Amino acid sequence: MKNKDNQSAQESNPRCPDSSAFKQQKLPAWKPKLTASTVLSSFFVIGLFCLLVGICLILSARSVNEIQIDYSDVCLNCSKLRESSSNWDKECNCFAHFTLQENMPGDIFMYYRLQNFYQNHRRYVLSRSDAQLLGQDVNIQNSYCAPFATYPNGTPMAPCGAIANSMFNDTVQLFYYVNSSTAIQVPLLKNGNSWWSDKNVKFRNPTSYNLSSAFAGTARPPYWQKPAYLLDEKDERNNGYINDDLIVWMRVSAFATFRNLYRRLSRTNQFADGLPAGNYTFHITYNFPVTKFQGKKQLVLSTITWSGGSNLFLGIAYTVSGAVIVLAGFVIAAIHLKRRKKKTYFQRHPK
Amino acid sequence: MADPIRWARYRWRRLVSAEGRDGSSSSSSSSSCDKCYNSSNMPGRHRIVIPCLGHFKEEYEKVSKLYMNNRIRTTKYTLFNFIPRNLFEQFHRAANLYFLFLVVLNWVPLVEAFQKEITMLPLVAVLTIIAVKDGLEDYSKYKLDKQINNLLTKVYSRKEKKYIEQCWKNVNVGDFIRLSCNEIIPAYIVLLYSTDPDGICHIETASLDGETNLKQRQVVRGYMEQISEIDPEKFSSRIECESPNNDLSRFRGFVEHSNKERVGLSRENLLLRGCTIRNTEAVVGIVVYAGHETKAMLNNNGPRYKRSKLEKRANIDVLWCVLLLILMCLIGALGHGIWLSSYSDLTPFNTPEPDGKSTPPVLAGFYMFWTMIILLQVLIPISLYVSIEVVKLGQIYLIQNDIDLYHEKTDSTIQCRTLNIAEDLGQIQYIFSDKTGTLTENKMVFRRCSIAGQEYCHEENAKRLDSYQEADSEDEDLTGALCGSLSHMPKQKVHSCRTVSGPLNSKSLNQLPGSALGGEDGVSNVSHSRHMAFSSPIETDVVPDAKLLEKFSQISYNVYAQLEETERESSLESVYITDFFLALAICNTVVVSAPNQPRQKLRLSSLGRTPIKSLEEIKQMFQRLSVRRLSTSPVPSTKESSSSDSPSTFVSKLSIFRVKLASPAMEAGTHMANETQDTEISQCAKVSLPEPLDRVDTAAGSEHCDAGSSLQQSMSKLCYEAESPDEAALVHAARAYKCTLQSRTPDQVTVDLAALGSVTFQLLHILPFDSVRKRMSVIVRHPLSNKVVVYTKGADSVIMDLLWTGPADDKSEMEQKKIKARTQKHLDDYARRGLRTLCIAKKVMSDAEYTEWLKSHFLAETSIDNKEELLLESTMKLESKLTLLGATGIEDRLQDGVPDTIEALRKAGIKIWMLTGDKQETAVNIAYACRLLEPDDKIFTLKSQSKDACVLLMNTILEDIQKSTYAKKNHSSKLTSVFPAPSTQAPEFSASLVVDGKTLEYVLLESLQSIFLELTERCRAVVCCRATPLQKSEVVKLVRNRLKVMTLAIGDGANDVSMIQMADTGVGLSGQEGMQAVMASDFAVSQFKHLSKLLLVHGHWCYTRLANMILYFFYKNVAYVNLLFWYQFFCGFSGTSMTDYWVLIFFNLLFTSVPPIIYGILDKDISAEILMQLPELYVTGQTSEAYSPPTFWITLLDAFYQSLVCFFVPYFTYHGSDIDIFSFGNPLNTAALFIILLHLLIESKTLTWIHIIVMIGSILFYFVFALTFGATCKTCNPPSNPYWIMEKHVTDPVFYLVCIITTCVALLPRYLFRVLQGALFPSPMLRAKHLDRLTPKEQREAIKKWKEDRIGKCSMGFQDTCTCSKSAEDASVRESADHSLYIPAAKTPFPTCPPGRHVSPRMLHKPVQDPLTSVGLLTL
Repeated sequence: MKNKDNQSAQESNPRCPDSSAFKQQKLPAWKPKLTASTVLSSFFVIGLFCLLVGICLILSARSVNEIQIDYSDVCLNCSKLRESSSNWDKECNCFAHFTLQENMPGDIFMYYRLQNFYQNHRRYVLSRSDAQLLGQDVNIQNSYCAPFATYPNGTPMAPCGAIANSMFNDTVQLFYYVNSSTAIQVPLLKNGNSWWSDKNVKFRNPTSYNLSSAFAGTARPPYWQKPAYLLDEKDERNNGYINDDLIVWMRVSAFATFRNLYRRLSRTNQFADGLPAGNYTFHITYNFPVTKFQGKKQLVLSTITWSGGSNLFLGIAYTVSGAVIVLAGFVIAAIHLKRRKKKTYFQRHPK
Repeated sequence: MADPIRWARYRWRRLVSAEGRDGSSSSSSSSSCDKCYNSSNMPGRHRIVIPCLGHFKEEYEKVSKLYMNNRIRTTKYTLFNFIPRNLFEQFHRAANLYFLFLVVLNWVPLVEAFQKEITMLPLVAVLTIIAVKDGLEDYSKYKLDKQINNLLTKVYSRKEKKYIEQCWKNVNVGDFIRLSCNEIIPAYIVLLYSTDPDGICHIETASLDGETNLKQRQVVRGYMEQISEIDPEKFSSRIECESPNNDLSRFRGFVEHSNKERVGLSRENLLLRGCTIRNTEAVVGIVVYAGHETKAMLNNNGPRYKRSKLEKRANIDVLWCVLLLILMCLIGALGHGIWLSSYSDLTPFNTPEPDGKSTPPVLAGFYMFWTMIILLQVLIPISLYVSIEVVKLGQIYLIQNDIDLYHEKTDSTIQCRTLNIAEDLGQIQYIFSDKTGTLTENKMVFRRCSIAGQEYCHEENAKRLDSYQEADSEDEDLTGALCGSLSHMPKQKVHSCRTVSGPLNSKSLNQLPGSALGGEDGVSNVSHSRHMAFSSPIETDVVPDAKLLEKFSQISYNVYAQLEETERESSLESVYITDFFLALAICNTVVVSAPNQPRQKLRLSSLGRTPIKSLEEIKQMFQRLSVRRLSTSPVPSTKESSSSDSPSTFVSKLSIFRVKLASPAMEAGTHMANETQDTEISQCAKVSLPEPLDRVDTAAGSEHCDAGSSLQQSMSKLCYEAESPDEAALVHAARAYKCTLQSRTPDQVTVDLAALGSVTFQLLHILPFDSVRKRMSVIVRHPLSNKVVVYTKGADSVIMDLLWTGPADDKSEMEQKKIKARTQKHLDDYARRGLRTLCIAKKVMSDAEYTEWLKSHFLAETSIDNKEELLLESTMKLESKLTLLGATGIEDRLQDGVPDTIEALRKAGIKIWMLTGDKQETAVNIAYACRLLEPDDKIFTLKSQSKDACVLLMNTILEDIQKSTYAKKNHSSKLTSVFPAPSTQAPEFSASLVVDGKTLEYVLLESLQSIFLELTERCRAVVCCRATPLQKSEVVKLVRNRLKVMTLAIGDGANDVSMIQMADTGVGLSGQEGMQAVMASDFAVSQFKHLSKLLLVHGHWCYTRLANMILYFFYKNVAYVNLLFWYQFFCGFSGTSMTDYWVLIFFNLLFTSVPPIIYGILDKDISAEILMQLPELYVTGQTSEAYSPPTFWITLLDAFYQSLVCFFVPYFTYHGSDIDIFSFGNPLNTAALFIILLHLLIESKTLTWIHIIVMIGSILFYFVFALTFGATCKTCNPPSNPYWIMEKHVTDPVFYLVCIITTCVALLPRYLFRVLQGALFPSPMLRAKHLDRLTPKEQREAIKKWKEDRIGKCSMGFQDTCTCSKSAEDASVRESADHSLYIPAAKTPFPTCPPGRHVSPRMLHKPVQDPLTSVGLLTL
């Protein structure tokens, strides 16, 4: 009725605002309604869901087999040797023994773990040239690589930047003692440790007829022992910038304590089902100094599940918050019931 | 923050330009006219205008260069200076400067946090948005300017010796301009010639001030006599006038002829730019001010910048954020220094500076401080400022489109003239209202009069008005018919011309003109009445008082015969009555025009020159008056041509009118005729014959009336265009008594006096009305007595003091005194009835006296500099020793819905003051009528003659109030203890204060202010009467500054302008008194009743919306930025961002910017209907509940909590894993997005499809952006490369799990809080919100319940809405039990319920079914 009036008014009065629901602020609206039913059902549903997920996560995380071997103490002599920069070209080997009590079935991943290495330092994070790693011929002088861009004589570093320069360069081999005397090397895969997109898109070698000529005119970063095109001489597809170790290292870690995937178990022969129980030795060629920053180095062997690694936190978080939410639901229900009772109390005593 | 700068710069610019102008004009004048300044000791700031013709040519060249031409440019920018100037303007905003500083900071390599380009992005975006907005605004101005500049007008060309068409922009000072009727005036022009023989020109100033009545302008004296058009070639005078100034009401100057003779110039001679010439064939004038130097342009200060209270608060909180930012940066700097110094050696990750050097920890810490500022810059919400602007625009748009604020009759809707203080409407604590035209309609209706101490109450007229009241409320369209057909049978829609009822023929016949118009050409009548001020039928149709009409009609014939004779008792009264009506008709500035051509001045072609009709006509007239036995003595004089300035002829004519009436017989006859007419609906023609008294109107009633001569036809269709509604009302009243104002020219007024015919008065002088004198006078030469008579009309307080008081022994003096006393009594009575009173007085002067006065007055008029004082003095001399004739009472009806509005506003906790210029009784009466004062109120009147008495009085009143409140409290507490039920609710003691104008002056003194304010704070309502405009604004200022409250001033007239400007929010009423108030206001409405919706609904909405949005913005920024801050603890405080920079910037700019804006524009916590019904809800805005320091800090705390959750859940999840830095940032960002958007969802009260679309759109946009960015960006963003991260994550279940748990945990407390708040301590807001969901019936009952609850609460003293403690529960139980005893069950549907204090209204109506599904307490 009123609308009609308004419409007729509009025809004669041009200034009359039209009565659309939007302009009159009368749009049909859903008013989020905190009723007892919605509130309580939301609490219980969410709480139970969280509890369920949490239990699943805990179970899944507990199914992960993981062993972690710290070798910073075992290789103390090597690290002492490395502390003096004059000994940079002297090779130092050390061994870390460990025993697997049980079989480690499934895919086994081998990580190196660094503590206190602040890969997330701002200037460190910046110090790289993605364009160079993409194989493009760029003037790295303009990139953020400095001071690890060029040598004083003008030769550019390949790859440039602090990240590449400080690449983890310990070499680790794993030996399995079939019996007390004979040890066989556990076959480990160097490939497939990095993201497919990194390996195939983000990192490219400069194009040339061969790799060494592609890197001609550049020099290795100062901390490196060999140039980039010699990172993996055996595998053309794992050499230069597309070397998995480099790619993995270049994906800078979020925290000061982190692990990076180093090798994967090649499931062949007696390792087809994973690592059998027994004695093992890590044969480490020690290059990477960590004493300067009070760091620690570990090696980790681990299986993985859909929910990631052995970290229980997520599962616990889900369980606890699920419990809290359900509890809150009960409290609210209690308050509600109490109030309701009072209300009925009034209604029961009419006068 | 930025506005003071802007303001200062603006003032400075103005100052500079003003100085330049003044300097130039003074130098010019000194060079060209030294002599005149020496001779007349005037300050040297005058301008000389000379035509560019003849012998002035050389001087013209010199002078004219210094004056601006008529081209106007209101744009701020040109095409070339737009970018620099706009940037310059924008960087005056502190926020913009801050962001500029950040951008610059980022260019310093040592502290650089982001890529240089990225930091510029937000700033560039903001600058672009604002620049585009400014540019568009400016462009529309430019187009308008161009249009105006290219209008054509006729300018005299020297070359062609004739007027040629020129663009406005080419008009120069000194040009001669010829304008025809209906043309717009291009510049300020001194009028030199008008085709009007009287040298008058009418202009319509609607475009300037909105006033619809015509204004008269006069040709400069000395040029008036010219018969032919002025020849510019021969113009040899020079004009000197003031330098351009912005005083619209003043223009001073003189014309100096070649013979050094001077003629004064005044406002009356000036044609204003933008006005339209009306009723005048053609005019010629010379341009004196052009373009930007016109007063209108100088007055145009552009839009005003106001800062709302909410924004001021928000600015304080921005400062807190700055402090927080600095604190966080300091922590970062310290942390970095300590972290660095913990390493003795250079570590591989501590990358040295590009030059290979490493920075010592202290210096690195210092650098880090600045880096962190850049990194955490988002804490200062740049987007907040832009969003506030956008939200305000949206809010204003919605307010302007509210159909409820549209007034159909005037076809006007609300105008929001200030765009940025809409939210202030939600926080008003004090309203200062004007009375006339604001609370009342400003439709003046003649109600009563008192003549010579005799009162005439006009009861019939009152009845008529009552009928209007009914008609008004029933249907507006009916009024047209009703005004004709009389009130008694409103349903009977017979054509009005014939339905006549009531005993008095006069009454019925007076309706006829109106009905005739309505009947014949109703459409045209309606349409023209729309733009004709003060001419609605309610104002024009006055039903005369029978007794008075009789008296008047009897005496008009023989009054002047007796004038010369010794005065007798009866004749004295007769003289008084005649003079009274003459004064009503003459003493005004009403312009007469014909209604069918409202803008065509009525020139009585046959009559204009011959005030007395030809013999034949008179004969005819008398023949028709056959019932009366007229002495048809031959008319000795046939001097038709005799003009008013030969009074001797009038005297001789007097003999004609010495007629005798056989009144009793005739009266009977008319009554008879009338009755017959009542029964048989006869032809109008028939009617006209037996009713000679009313022949004029009857004749008009029908076109077929043969008797209607052309004169009478035109007379009936007279339209009066008055400057004020009072004037119109009085003229219409006089007309009802057959004392019809027929025409008015500058030097004569023609009045049609019943049977006396037209009488022309020579108009000697008019002393116009002004607010200082509060009166106006006309000086005429009475055509019959040939004496100079002064008629004065004015406020009773003024006139009463000016009366002639002679020695008391004289008999006539005694009589005078008696009249005065009785009139005073009547005046008091009128005032009590809420009528506006005016006193009418006269004075007879001798010619000698007059000439003497005229001489002195002329002297005053021609002086330029202290003209005002001299004029005042001169008028004082004239307006003294007056003889009181009588008084009038004019009613000003209350506007529709005013009492309800006032009640609602009062319930909303707003204190309302009425500031009026009217006298105390009237003001108090209107205050009662509009329920500003309640009958129960104890009213204290503050009226004292001295300051000390005033203090004393105030102290006494204060004590009195205190005592009363104490007594009341005691009483009520006793009552409650005995009967603790709402039925015995002791009404709160309420006092009201009435302050008199003079006392107001004392009260505003510095020393009395505080006690006055203390007093007023205890009063419910304050009425200030007899307040001048200045006092009004000072009262507002006092309350605003001393009490620190939000004030709103509402008014409709020019006298309210200062008050409107002083208040925090000024509301103008576009009523009948022009546009000044509207021009000065922030909001302009057409009806007072619109105020309630504007404040209670829109104010509330705007305030809560904006407050919530601002809080949300703070929350959003703090929550998001803290993620970065927490990360610093894990990256050695090195300023690393774990988020890709683009995402970081876009997060605020794109992904989360639109939902809060929509939330700020559309969120609706409570529906308009509930807000209107429960004005109490407004209180939350006044106390700034939605946005107060605690809410701000709670919001920040919540933000901190949420950011902690949002950071640490992913942190612990990924701790020790091989996650890389940007992969870690991605779930963080995604979770933050969900948290921030869902937080908004929890806070939103309503969700429309727009909200849903925007929410989903934002989330989709985020994912689409992240995915595309991740898929395409291999090297585009070198340091932080998001390549393929999102793609990787969307396939990872852990990513989703992290996002879900983070969101849940982060939002749990707020959700829980909202739930518990609804259940345990529901605020009135929440309870009201709940009402929205009920069915209309339930809603009505719930509201009723609510109101009862309120009352109950009052009796108990204030108690919180919900009491949880056991004792309180018990108390309420007891109370409810008792309560039920006293409320009959039939009255309330749920008699047993307690007053709903802790029970939801809904609960009262729905039986509980199920603990989970029933709507229990949680529903709130």
